[in-house]
Amino acid sequence: MGKPSDLVQGTLDLLILKTLSLEPKHGWAIAKRIEQISNEVLQVQQGSLYPALHRLEQQGWIRAKWAESETGRQAKFYSLTAAGRSRLEKEKESWKRLSNAIDLVIDTV
Amino acid sequence: MRWVQRLQMSMMALFHRQSEKARLQAELAFHLEQQIAENVAGGMAPEEARLAALRLFGNPTLLDEEARSSWSWNWIESLWRDLRYGVRTLARSPGFSVIAILVMALGIGASTSLFTIVRSVLLKPLPFREPDKLVMVYEHYRIGDTIHLYNPVAAADFYDWREKTHGFQEMAAWRWWAGAVTTNSGEMPEQITGATGSWNLFSVLGIEPALGRTFTPDEDRIGAPDVVILCWSFFQSRFSGDSSIVGKTVRIDSKPYTVVGVLPKFFTYPDSEVKVWIPYATAFAPDELVQPDHHQSHVVARLKENVPAAAAIQEVSALQHRIHMANLTKSVAEEAVIRPVIEDVVQGVKTSLFVLMASVGCMLLIACLNVSNLLVARGAARRREVAIRGALGGSRLKLIREQITESFLISMAGGLLGILLSFFATRWLATHWQDLPRADAIQMDGTILVFSAVIVFLSALVAGLVPAISSTGKQLLSALQESARSLGGGVSRAGLRKTLLAAEVTLTVILLISAGLLFKSFMHLHSLDLGCTTDRVLTMRYGLPDIQYDKAEKIVAFHEALLEKVRNLPGVVAAGLVSTAPGAGYESSRAFTIPEHPSQEPLHLDAMTRKADPGYFNAIQIPLLEGRVFTTQDRLDRSNYVVISKLMADQRFPGESPLGKHIKIEWDHKTETMEIIGVVGDTIHVIGDPIKPMVYFPLLSGATTETTLVTVVVRAAQDPLALVMPVQKQISSLDPQIAVRVLTMQQIIGRATASRSFSASLVLAFAVLSLMLAAVGLYGVLSYLVQQRVSEIGIRMALGAQRGEILRLILLDGMRPVLFGLALGLFGGAVAGTLIKSILYGTRPLDPIVFAGMIGSLLVTATVAGALPALRACRIEPVQALRTE
Repeated sequence: MGKPSDLVQGTLDLLILKTLSLEPKHGWAIAKRIEQISNEVLQVQQGSLYPALHRLEQQGWIRAKWAESETGRQAKFYSLTAAGRSRLEKEKESWKRLSNAIDLVIDTV
Repeated sequence: MRWVQRLQMSMMALFHRQSEKARLQAELAFHLEQQIAENVAGGMAPEEARLAALRLFGNPTLLDEEARSSWSWNWIESLWRDLRYGVRTLARSPGFSVIAILVMALGIGASTSLFTIVRSVLLKPLPFREPDKLVMVYEHYRIGDTIHLYNPVAAADFYDWREKTHGFQEMAAWRWWAGAVTTNSGEMPEQITGATGSWNLFSVLGIEPALGRTFTPDEDRIGAPDVVILCWSFFQSRFSGDSSIVGKTVRIDSKPYTVVGVLPKFFTYPDSEVKVWIPYATAFAPDELVQPDHHQSHVVARLKENVPAAAAIQEVSALQHRIHMANLTKSVAEEAVIRPVIEDVVQGVKTSLFVLMASVGCMLLIACLNVSNLLVARGAARRREVAIRGALGGSRLKLIREQITESFLISMAGGLLGILLSFFATRWLATHWQDLPRADAIQMDGTILVFSAVIVFLSALVAGLVPAISSTGKQLLSALQESARSLGGGVSRAGLRKTLLAAEVTLTVILLISAGLLFKSFMHLHSLDLGCTTDRVLTMRYGLPDIQYDKAEKIVAFHEALLEKVRNLPGVVAAGLVSTAPGAGYESSRAFTIPEHPSQEPLHLDAMTRKADPGYFNAIQIPLLEGRVFTTQDRLDRSNYVVISKLMADQRFPGESPLGKHIKIEWDHKTETMEIIGVVGDTIHVIGDPIKPMVYFPLLSGATTETTLVTVVVRAAQDPLALVMPVQKQISSLDPQIAVRVLTMQQIIGRATASRSFSASLVLAFAVLSLMLAAVGLYGVLSYLVQQRVSEIGIRMALGAQRGEILRLILLDGMRPVLFGLALGLFGGAVAGTLIKSILYGTRPLDPIVFAGMIGSLLVTATVAGALPALRACRIEPVQALRTE
């Protein structure tokens, strides 16, 4: 059994896409945002975050741009592409289906 | 639009890899800084904050690698890295690499060559229209030996089959034929092999002539004007490809034939020796066409679209049975059988080819096992390195991949070298393998290259997988501990190597036994007693053209004049005439009856026929056992005498003297009663076939249809080949039109055994190579064991073990897998021997001499290979051994 903060496989992509749907962010901010919103339940490890970001970028769901961060340093900002936006919708839907299904099983049996 | 970005990204990853790497570093560094800043904001001291951030961050290199592994083209990078590592490790031990590559090259090259030949000869369809619809139809005797399983067909039967059955779309027939070709006066006559074919033969096969036309039905009857079709090779060699030859005449046996067509280059059926074709019926005497017991023809039939072969042949068989019942006094088969044309063409070499293919496969497997064995040894030496890399986070898959890359490099290099090698080897095999059918069809093509690539891949896998898995599988800690104390280390590794060695020995023993059996068969055949002398004997075959030599007196006059001249040549000890020399072929066999033994069943009384002059038996030294041989008085119409062979006397006249008895037998197209005047020793007609009863007729009878094709047999005092020119001069001084075919008895034997000697030598060569490989393997295993056990041996010696005991200890340790492999191999060899039984001659599959010899040579080789490391072990100085620890 993994640690409680371990993410269900494949859901990190969904969380990243969702986090980026409001505005472009750099890696650090993405991790922080997920932690905050989930009330510190979901801890995103760097070891999974950056490979995931690079994978999403390779697949064209997100796009990266170097820009100045709040602290005045150059940072890599990720933003959602049009393809990424529709991808997010799909991921959301399938997540809902999955979690509904799991709820059903847990509540009834 | 997504694909645009994806393409862009992969291009970036491919072409701007360095700058992309720097950016990744910057991105990760930024993350780290943010973490530090947060820690500081939380109240940590700067240094503490940095350390805490680093702890949280984990292994930066690993993170870097994992992020990068999501980029495209990553596989190229890792492949390139593996290749570089592989080349570097191989280059570090060039001796090992060169040996491994050569071993692989040999195995892969030989397999490729053999596969090329097997594919071209056995698997490629014949160059006919819908060749799988073509079958050969043979007569079949219900009782009888295996030779009569597929018996040639009588012309009369063929015509009956073709006319009265309807199961086949069409049936055609052909027959061997020979003649002497002369074109224009002054040119040397040339003895050629030809064939006669029914007018529809070429259309049944689906062959269009390259020039002119094929035969018409009207040309395929007795008495029709003579026509001939040339084969491409003869058209080129004799007429230098001059197409104006079509319509002109050539002289064959002094008779003018009009050339009507030339066959295409690819057509070399039934074999490439055939130079000309003439119509089927024209080469028969009228009565031969109606007799059902002149079994000389081969029948080709094309299956109908909707009639199964079994139904078609059943109808023919039923008809043949009626013919049999109508001719009970004659030798007529009871039924008919079919086999595919391709089977018919390759039947002589099929088993040999499969045996060669299997032995090459064995050799390749042994080569792989050997490389595998060497890699295991290296794996053991690098165990600590692998363990440390594993501890530092190298994934197992990556380590396995690296090792397999090494064996791939070896196989690839070996494969390239091997394919190059096989290119030459295939050519050599195709030209030097006598009697190999379809040798002209042999060529390498794409399929062969694909085959080689697959072989390379499989070899790499076989050679690399076992060592790779075994050397990376152990728990890291135990590996590290073990290599810290080398005492008793590597036991399991040695076990694996011993298993590989035992497998190698098993295969080697199987190969050795098969090779031994084949070689013994060949030696047996080669030293076979033909029943006559074969030393310094020359045979020259010539034919007298029927047109000029149409009277018995003329024929006898020529033969006697020639003998007289040849006997007077210096260097000639004796000379005689016979229709077919011993070992030179079948000629013909005829049924006969014995008036004194009317009760003997006549059907299966048949005997080989030969015609001989009085001097023949002495010239070739066939012993006279009873009575007398012919005299010069037994000539022309006073010649109703025969001499029979010992086997015939024993079989047909048991317990009595055959002298003065008679046989009724066909002679010169009439049934004649002949008196038996003598019994001579048996001779062999075809090397490898069992001896058959034989009847000799007097050649000096001059019977016009029996005595024109003869062989002059000359026993020489010195080198028989020196007599070729003088004898030839005598022949052309008598008649310049006559062509001769020259062979010494040694050449006749050599030709008959060439194919067997070829395959036996090849298998033997493969077996010896495998034996050497196995020896190298054993040497390697033992050297490794000794190296592993240096300190153990040192302690044993320090405690008082004698050097002899150490020697025995090591040698026994090495011999155990050898003995185990030997036991398995003996079993496998017995199975292999039974499988190749059909191509053995005078040798049983469990031949004790072969088995003993092969066991002996294996044990001697193994002992020698094992003795070197064992001796090295017992020379170990205990003090030094313990100190190096």
